[in-house]
Amino acid sequence: MTNFTINGRIVTVDAEADTPLLWVIRDELGLTGTKFGCGIGLCGACTVHVGGRATRSCITAVSAVQNAVVTTIEGLDPAGKHPVQSAWLALQVPQCGYCQSGQIMQAVALLTDFPSPTDQDIDAVMAGNLCRCMTYVRIRAAIKQAAVAMGSRAKDG
Amino acid sequence: MARPMSPRGSDRIVSRRAFVVGIAGACATFGFARTASAAMDPAIPGGVPPIDIGPLFEPTLWFTIDGDGIVTVNIIRAEMGQHVGTALARILADELEADWDHVRITHVDTNPKWGTMVTGGSWSVWQTWPVFSRAGAAGRMALIDAAAPLLDVSPSDCTARGGMVTCGSLAISYGSIVRRGKLDRHYTPDELAKLPIKPAAERRLVGRSVLALDIPPKTNGSARYGIDATQPGMVHARPKIPPTRNGSKVVSVDDSAARAVKGYIRSLVLDDPSDTVPGWVMVIAETQYAAFRAADLVTVHWTPGPTAGVSEQDILDHAAQQIAQKDSGVVLDTGGGDTTAAFTAAHSRLQQTYTTASVLHFQLEPVNALAFEQDGVFEIHTGNQWQSLVLPTLAKALERPVTSIVMRTYLIGGGFGRRLNGDYAVPASLAAKMLGRPVKMLLTRADDARFDSVRSPSVQTLRMAFDADGQVTAMEHDAAAGWPTQVVAPAFMLKGQSGAPYDPFAISGADNWYSVGALRVRAISNDLANATFRPGWLRSVGPGWTNWALESFMDEGAHHLTADPVAFRLKLLTGTGRNAGSAPNAVGGALRQAGVVRAVAKRAGWGNALPADSGLGIATSFGQERDMPTWVACVARVRVDRPTGTVTVEKLTIVVDAGTIVDPDSARAQTEGGALWGLSMALHEGTAFQNGQVTDTNLDSYTPLRIGRVPALDISFVDSTEVPVGLGEPATTVVGPAIGNAIFAAVGVRLRHLPITPAAVAAALAAKR
Repeated sequence: MTNFTINGRIVTVDAEADTPLLWVIRDELGLTGTKFGCGIGLCGACTVHVGGRATRSCITAVSAVQNAVVTTIEGLDPAGKHPVQSAWLALQVPQCGYCQSGQIMQAVALLTDFPSPTDQDIDAVMAGNLCRCMTYVRIRAAIKQAAVAMGSRAKDG
Repeated sequence: MARPMSPRGSDRIVSRRAFVVGIAGACATFGFARTASAAMDPAIPGGVPPIDIGPLFEPTLWFTIDGDGIVTVNIIRAEMGQHVGTALARILADELEADWDHVRITHVDTNPKWGTMVTGGSWSVWQTWPVFSRAGAAGRMALIDAAAPLLDVSPSDCTARGGMVTCGSLAISYGSIVRRGKLDRHYTPDELAKLPIKPAAERRLVGRSVLALDIPPKTNGSARYGIDATQPGMVHARPKIPPTRNGSKVVSVDDSAARAVKGYIRSLVLDDPSDTVPGWVMVIAETQYAAFRAADLVTVHWTPGPTAGVSEQDILDHAAQQIAQKDSGVVLDTGGGDTTAAFTAAHSRLQQTYTTASVLHFQLEPVNALAFEQDGVFEIHTGNQWQSLVLPTLAKALERPVTSIVMRTYLIGGGFGRRLNGDYAVPASLAAKMLGRPVKMLLTRADDARFDSVRSPSVQTLRMAFDADGQVTAMEHDAAAGWPTQVVAPAFMLKGQSGAPYDPFAISGADNWYSVGALRVRAISNDLANATFRPGWLRSVGPGWTNWALESFMDEGAHHLTADPVAFRLKLLTGTGRNAGSAPNAVGGALRQAGVVRAVAKRAGWGNALPADSGLGIATSFGQERDMPTWVACVARVRVDRPTGTVTVEKLTIVVDAGTIVDPDSARAQTEGGALWGLSMALHEGTAFQNGQVTDTNLDSYTPLRIGRVPALDISFVDSTEVPVGLGEPATTVVGPAIGNAIFAAVGVRLRHLPITPAAVAAALAAKR
């Protein structure tokens, strides 16, 4: 049994200890916004937050999140209007969309560490997230737009 | 969270049919109430289309208007990132004079009434434009006719705009007309085809960007793909992929180790009457992850098929031998002309050979399918690009009539042509039939790579003849590759000069628009490739390799004459003879290709001085097919690091003439993605067959472009009101050769193999010293 909090909800799951968190999230908890892409932590489609840190759920055993706080794309913002999501909409980033939950979760984590990221920061942090549709130009622009929005929100706040 | 099946229940269908009959009388379409096959609304979390309100007006197969004025447009094309439903609905809604805020789209499930369901070739907008324009126009005219008596005015005094019919100060909404009016007008296909459509100046939605309807759910996790499909009672499956794509036979299966996996159920040896997945074993478990783990522990012994020892080099060597054999292959009809005589008489000649490696689709959502039988119908839930192609195969595999099989539609997590070949639907269906319960099959990434319909390796030899004045007098282009259409859809082959069939998709691009005197194009099917794997249509298909060879060679032709590569091309793009173009699709012909070449050279600063080891290279193409040319040109600016051979692409300047642009932002997105695919395949991708299998099966060794290597992009579109043509693939065709040509401009070495690796560049530089 593993207990953890996901999107504000405390859950107990009965998966084998070494089951990847991804499959617990998708198949046991029914949160399918987190995607399976490569299974070896190199595409980023499965990215969630564990304790606020971007984590590849496909290579994270469920036992490793015992008592941790997990956030998936569904729990990022109650209305789906996190500034990163809003920027993704405004710039029409997604094409097929399959990687974009992971891109958004990674970008949110990036902006926590680098509130005003340079291109080099973006290259370094987002390098682990493959977009097969190659929406990279818009991902970069949307991260910068979200950074501005979050910066002014922080000032207002 | 499950995608409910219930909205398709029979009670709803009956009541809907009654409404339609009530309003439309003997209208020929009443028998197909929309919800009987309504599939997926990409704007709705979870994808389930909402219920229409009140009576429905359905003047054609393609859309309905309900009593609240909601326009629902039926989309038969797959949504895989093109925002195709939005673009197509804009075409219809523009003519209908609908209020865009009242427009919904439904990506339909399979039903014979839709005709051929295929999404590929960059065809969707081009093919749908005339149909949807007229469907919308028909609806507008019918609504005006029905509104006039309600307003007690003459139809000729009415206008339609923004979902309202108005006459002076009187106005009535489309919803009110549907609720109150006498809407018994129905159009036959012939009547529709004759309807006039609006002049370009009257367009109100076409040509303006809009938020694509599929995008919001793709930002919050609610978008629903095939991998997310569920059905009560389903079990999960992962296949054991046999050692060869064709001809493997199972000798024995040992699952003793797998039995220790919690949730493992059993392993099934598939018996496939369609021979789509010979030698497949399906490992069945209660959960997907259990199926993954158990499959690792199941040991299968096979008798492999005859290609178990085939390597990439074997395939390339075979192609080279085929090209050397003068009577092999099929010569296309390229307008006549005797190249042999021209080469004999030539003052000088140029010949070069170009090759490309195998390329994986690597669509990020591994192929998957959920299959089950319910109420006498076999349902297959999966994202697919060519349902009409795989349905007969499924019927053969399942040994049941095709009319009792339906494919339910889902968003596609990357198509790029992989899902044109629906082979993955077969094993899930066979397993569901064997078990008598729903089976959801998902491939791991490595399974997906090994089962991919890869882009075939190719070998091409091009020749050019010049007279004493430096005029091009003849050209020959021989291309040998695996032929996807021959292997997967032979009915779609075309006939060459001799009447022999050839795969148009594997040679398109070679039949170019340059006026080169006599042109001979020879397409050769690489039978060793065809036997070793199922050749795939991969983004841009044939032009992905033919244009690599053609545009590299045009550059070599220019340098042969010490001519400027832009000027050399412009001199040959005369728009004369068979290159003059024709209405409606290719108005202007090669002169439009010359237009994008000129424009891109100007935008990219062609001829300006650059730092050492930097260079500009140009390439151009007509996109996919002569029948539907999208004129495109690209200038790549590269910098070459001599010690390592590393090529950095600093900028891609691209100009596209795709006729009328329906949605400028989506057009740009498609061009961005297409161009970066071209870059990725030119420098970062490519695999190799070894022992009948691809050697790269995951991102540890297969390395598509990542964000840090993305160059500056300058993309522009020619302002045009010509027929709208394709946009998904044209940009892909020009980037590789533009990079190769830029490397030559930068450091003077010519690379003739894709992908271009640093090692190859370094070796070429060393050889030059």
